[in-house]
Amino acid sequence: MSIKPDIRIQQEDFDINAEIKKLTQGRTDVGAVVTFSGLCRGEGDTLSALELEHYPGMAEAEIIRIAEQGIERFGLLGISAIHRYGKIEPGENIVLVIATSPHRQASFDGANFLMDFLKTRAPFWKKEHLATGKEGDWVDAKDADDDALHKWEE
Amino acid sequence: MTVKLVYFAWLRERFGMGEEQIDLPVTVKTISDLFDWFETRGEEFEAVMEHRKIIQVAIDQEHVQDQATLIGDAKEIAIFPPMTGG
Repeated sequence: MSIKPDIRIQQEDFDINAEIKKLTQGRTDVGAVVTFSGLCRGEGDTLSALELEHYPGMAEAEIIRIAEQGIERFGLLGISAIHRYGKIEPGENIVLVIATSPHRQASFDGANFLMDFLKTRAPFWKKEHLATGKEGDWVDAKDADDDALHKWEE
Repeated sequence: MTVKLVYFAWLRERFGMGEEQIDLPVTVKTISDLFDWFETRGEEFEAVMEHRKIIQVAIDQEHVQDQATLIGDAKEIAIFPPMTGG
């Protein structure tokens, strides 16, 4: 496969514009860029932070596997994903996905596909820290996230 | 056979450790056997194994869908709750 996904797992924040530039600068074949970023919600000011735990090595490998399927399936020109770990406060970025293609539909689908599979297959877990200062619970997986995968069945 | 077991999220907390090196009993051939053996390892393990139907497994950092999967010569087996990233 000639197109290599750019996948990073990191503690620090990311710069969306800089990441778009990496996929588009100096080329004239890209006609569409779709970016998705996911942020930490405050859940009505009840949360002070989310703590993201991950499985080092596998987290990256699994997102690469999903991204490679996306490149193949939608004919993407490029795809990047950054997933943060550690303590993340409401309003801060958690995840970024960027897909590029000649025309818009492939990029929309590619970014959507990667996010749907990332949610249920990339080894990350969220723990809530409450505004009261107490440690909250681990976030439960949602059936809606599993259901979202059905739309990609061929 | 020595294998590295790794635990995440609330499993890690309940077990009180993130990983351990274990000599698996020869009777443990599949993931399901591994869970059966866990149930004999004390209260915390037994309590976690009440959720064994939803608990997920990766062998050498790749997801395993079926708990009947053979462990074979796995080096690392990860056990964790359903994932909640993104």
